[in-house]
Amino acid sequence: MKRETAKQILIHLALISAAIICVYPLSRIFTVSIRPGDRVISTDLALIPDGATFLSYMKLLKETYFLRWLFNSLVITVTTSMIGVSLASTAAYAFSRFNFFGKKSAMIMLLSTQMIPAGMLILPLFLMIMKMNLMNTYLGMIIAYSVSSLPFSIWILKGYYDTIPKSLEEAAMVDGTGYVGAFWRVILPLSAPALSIAFLFNFTSAWNEYLVARVVLFSSKQYTWTLGLFELQGQFITQWGMFAAGSMLVTIPVLLVFLYSSKWLVSGLTLGSVKG
Amino acid sequence: MASVTFKKIVKKYNDNLILDGVDLEIRDHEFVVIVGPSGCGKTTMLRLLAGLEEITSGDIEIDGLKVNDLPPAKREIAMVFQDYALYPHMTVKENMSFALKLRHFPKDEIEKRVKESASILQLEKLLNRMPKQLSGGQRQRVAIGRAIVRKPKVFLFDEPLSNLDAKLREEMRVEIARLYQKLNSTIVYVTHDQVEAMTLAGRVVVMNKGHIQQSGTPLDVYRKPQNVFVAGFIGSPTMNFLRGKIEKQEDFFYFSNQSVKIFLPLFSFPEVEKYSGKDVILGIRPDDIILDDKKIDHAHKISGNVEVIELLGHRENIYIKVGDQKILAVGEAFSNFSPGSLVEFSFNYKNIHIFDATTEKRINS
Repeated sequence: MKRETAKQILIHLALISAAIICVYPLSRIFTVSIRPGDRVISTDLALIPDGATFLSYMKLLKETYFLRWLFNSLVITVTTSMIGVSLASTAAYAFSRFNFFGKKSAMIMLLSTQMIPAGMLILPLFLMIMKMNLMNTYLGMIIAYSVSSLPFSIWILKGYYDTIPKSLEEAAMVDGTGYVGAFWRVILPLSAPALSIAFLFNFTSAWNEYLVARVVLFSSKQYTWTLGLFELQGQFITQWGMFAAGSMLVTIPVLLVFLYSSKWLVSGLTLGSVKG
Repeated sequence: MASVTFKKIVKKYNDNLILDGVDLEIRDHEFVVIVGPSGCGKTTMLRLLAGLEEITSGDIEIDGLKVNDLPPAKREIAMVFQDYALYPHMTVKENMSFALKLRHFPKDEIEKRVKESASILQLEKLLNRMPKQLSGGQRQRVAIGRAIVRKPKVFLFDEPLSNLDAKLREEMRVEIARLYQKLNSTIVYVTHDQVEAMTLAGRVVVMNKGHIQQSGTPLDVYRKPQNVFVAGFIGSPTMNFLRGKIEKQEDFFYFSNQSVKIFLPLFSFPEVEKYSGKDVILGIRPDDIILDDKKIDHAHKISGNVEVIELLGHRENIYIKVGDQKILAVGEAFSNFSPGSLVEFSFNYKNIHIFDATTEKRINS
């Protein structure tokens, strides 16, 4: 009993420390965002500083294209995630269930693309997108992001499909579906946790991406929020208040997506289907 | 309901030959149990019939229609899987109505059929439960229910009871037998359990190494096994096999080896003369060994020593050693034998099985 309590205390201590480490920087950014003037450094440790004001938020929304940047980011990120998940879910199904020539080497090739540093891909991506005449467009960004996140999503989903008993699809096929029907009606609903992980991965990596956006987008109105916030950093002066306010605001969509998808992140969806 | 025909079915996985030219006719309304050890090709036969595997060569016909290239959905079969394969994200009711919905049955017809099947299988109270909330036996009943709502031409059962414990297996066996009487449909049932085969089947098909070894009524395969494999596979405890020669002494024939000499009356082996001097295998089931002093053939009795006794409740297994020959007999419980004691016995000549030592095929009629 005592041992159990000690274990619980230790676990809680570890979790609380991790939570503090995560939340502390966010709280400092929040403080900066409501601190009057553009001061980053202060001796004051209070969460709500003296003379707290939302002026930076107002200025950010009124005087910059911030809402437009947010909208651009959302369009690119959501489309990328949706394309990524739909392509990865079907590709992973083929890798998981069918035997075909070059399957193993294709899987290894997909994995090896993940080992190339992102910086090295910038030039080829730039050349490709330029040749396709998609510079400074949503589509150019979406293609660039989708190709880079697909391999990882395919691996995640293939791993998950492998754990779903094949007899479930066979039962569905005997019941009257084809391969596509069995995939759509049985495999996909059971893969909700893996699909939401893949979606989240695609979403967060596209949402926070800076390098590719820097190369592909060049007009201020087309910027994603990462580029937009960077604009606030001048040569001699940086508007830290607005920068912090923007940083706070961009966490909201990610937070909402996390909260929404958490309901799909449940284990044991396949429980009871076959003899365990 | 329908008939099923397998014509010269060959199935290969790469270089592995799983089925080697299998021919089998299953009549309308017949309950056929395919039985055999693991790897004999029985499940492959069922999967080929279901359309879940491709045939390497040969034809499968359902009701005279060649189905080789038809997908499973179009074969009008229903299958109960070994591991239940219930859809875990659907309730019992949704599991049972899934196939009917796919076929666009009207709602009230679906409702009616699900209710009907649920009542046959006593699932009425479980209709709104998820599979994970059910016990093993209940899940198996749902899997059967999912098959019967369809009213298919042929039911396929792939070792449906192998995941259940002994008591539940017995209950479900009776339930399946009852179901067959009620549905009177064509059933192909695969199992490695010979008790299921003997109790359920109208016809038993014994398979080994991709070949059908024998096909016949349960009594046929038990009483007249056509080869050593079938004789050894069907029946529990396993048949005793004695290797030796047929010898003629004066006007009588005997089976003999270094340890035993067994009298062979003509009625048990009419063709005996033809095999005189030849090597044979004599098979005798443990329950065809007579231990009761009043029933023993005293003129030709054999003596041995009891090695081990296994009490099974109402019966006991008595392991006897005669010279180097080990023989298993089944006797009444508490028969007063003890390890090391002398025991005298004779064979029930009516049920002696003689096999050719080389071909291992039955030679006595």
